[in-house]
Amino acid sequence: MTGASRRAIKLQVNGKPHAAEVDVRLTLADCLRQEFKLTGTHLGCEHGVCGACTVLLDGQSVRACLMLAVQADGRAVATVEGLAGADGKLNILQQAFKDHHGLQCGFCTPGILMTLTECFADKPDLTEQDIRVALSGNICRCTGYQGIVDAAMDALRKMRSLL
Amino acid sequence: MKPPPFKYYDPTAQNEVVGLLSSLENLKLLAGGQSLLPMLNMRFVLPDHVVDLNRVAGLDFVEADAGGGLRIGAMTRQRTLEFSADVAARAPLIREAVLHVGHRQTRNRGTLGGSLSHLDPAAELVTAAVALDAVVALRGPAGLRQLAMSEFMLGYMTPATNPDEMLVSVTFPALPAAHGWGFVEFARRHGDFAIASAAATLVTDAQGRISKVALALGGIGVVPLRMPELETGLLGAVASEALFADHCRACATVEAMDDALVTAGYRQQLAPVMARRALMAALQRSGGGAATQPH
Ligand code: FES
Ligand code: FES
Repeated sequence: MTGASRRAIKLQVNGKPHAAEVDVRLTLADCLRQEFKLTGTHLGCEHGVCGACTVLLDGQSVRACLMLAVQADGRAVATVEGLAGADGKLNILQQAFKDHHGLQCGFCTPGILMTLTECFADKPDLTEQDIRVALSGNICRCTGYQGIVDAAMDALRKMRSLL
Repeated sequence: MKPPPFKYYDPTAQNEVVGLLSSLENLKLLAGGQSLLPMLNMRFVLPDHVVDLNRVAGLDFVEADAGGGLRIGAMTRQRTLEFSADVAARAPLIREAVLHVGHRQTRNRGTLGGSLSHLDPAAELVTAAVALDAVVALRGPAGLRQLAMSEFMLGYMTPATNPDEMLVSVTFPALPAAHGWGFVEFARRHGDFAIASAAATLVTDAQGRISKVALALGGIGVVPLRMPELETGLLGAVASEALFADHCRACATVEAMDDALVTAGYRQQLAPVMARRALMAALQRSGGGAATQPH
């Protein structure tokens, strides 16, 4: 087989089909931001440490700076842009972040929201300790995390009350 | 930070991978990418060819064999190890170690084979594999060959894999169902690489005498270290914290690494403590104890 320097890729992003022809060395994060203009996915460190770039790949949280865009060919990606309703109304988790001072500058927030989205879908009976462990992969320089944990716990309570 | 230019291949069959390994120069295999992608982004590596293993068939499995052991495919995600019932039942030390590996976002991608091939001496899975006497299977043009971890680790981040070979699976020999296990580490933050770690398994008889023990130290030497003399010295003795503390003192004299943050002497101080704690955790669980819950 011969190697490629560029590839045509097709993937679902937040339920909508997206296609591009990309350099094979392009990361998924850069593809989302530069090719698809979805700049909600942030890049803090670009080497897998900060978690700002976290997106869901077929429902699982991954660091988008540590994947090539070509590896997402044929897969479904979810980003922070897909969380709010079509009318822009914040979802329960986003609203809880707003209510509990879960963000200040907001740089880390997209990654944290996507991590928590996966956690909530995996296991609805999370404890505060589970949340803290899950958040260990996301660095926030502003909040001191307490507001984030409060927001996550509040969102969990609200989601459970809807079940 | 962007990866340097390379040619990308995503074969679906293992023989295609071996074919590429045999014909191309300056090639890197891409497994979960949780170490290779940072190295590419920072341009610590400049491969001409990147061969992605993510679409290759037959590399992602956990297989419980008839003899009570486990065979695990090289591309099995760390997340799968964390939640596998077979891993929990037969090699709970692996799960205990995986809970210290990175974070959920990196465990969702990171693989067993990637970790062993990268062979970072501080990597939890490498240390656990050393404690468990794991055997790796390498596929090359002439077929498969098996290597014990002790033969596989040639030196600092240097596996014995030939340039035309790929790691395909790892076998973990059976341990008695009632064995105890312990994995402890010292790191600055949860999910960081260990500054020092220890992995232990332990079997005791009805009188509490040690009939089988394995101890590996991670993050201290250039590869994870087994402590054969210490292990032999413990055999037949009645297990206790005092016994472990006494014997583990020998760990302070192992050859340790210096790095930018931590001196060799500091690692040598940590080694006996990690060893004792791992053995104590194993003792508490021998005879069947509660496993750490995954998260
Ligand atoms: S930008 Fe991906 S983890 Fe920091
Ligand atoms: S809100 Fe600023 S980094 Fe988290």
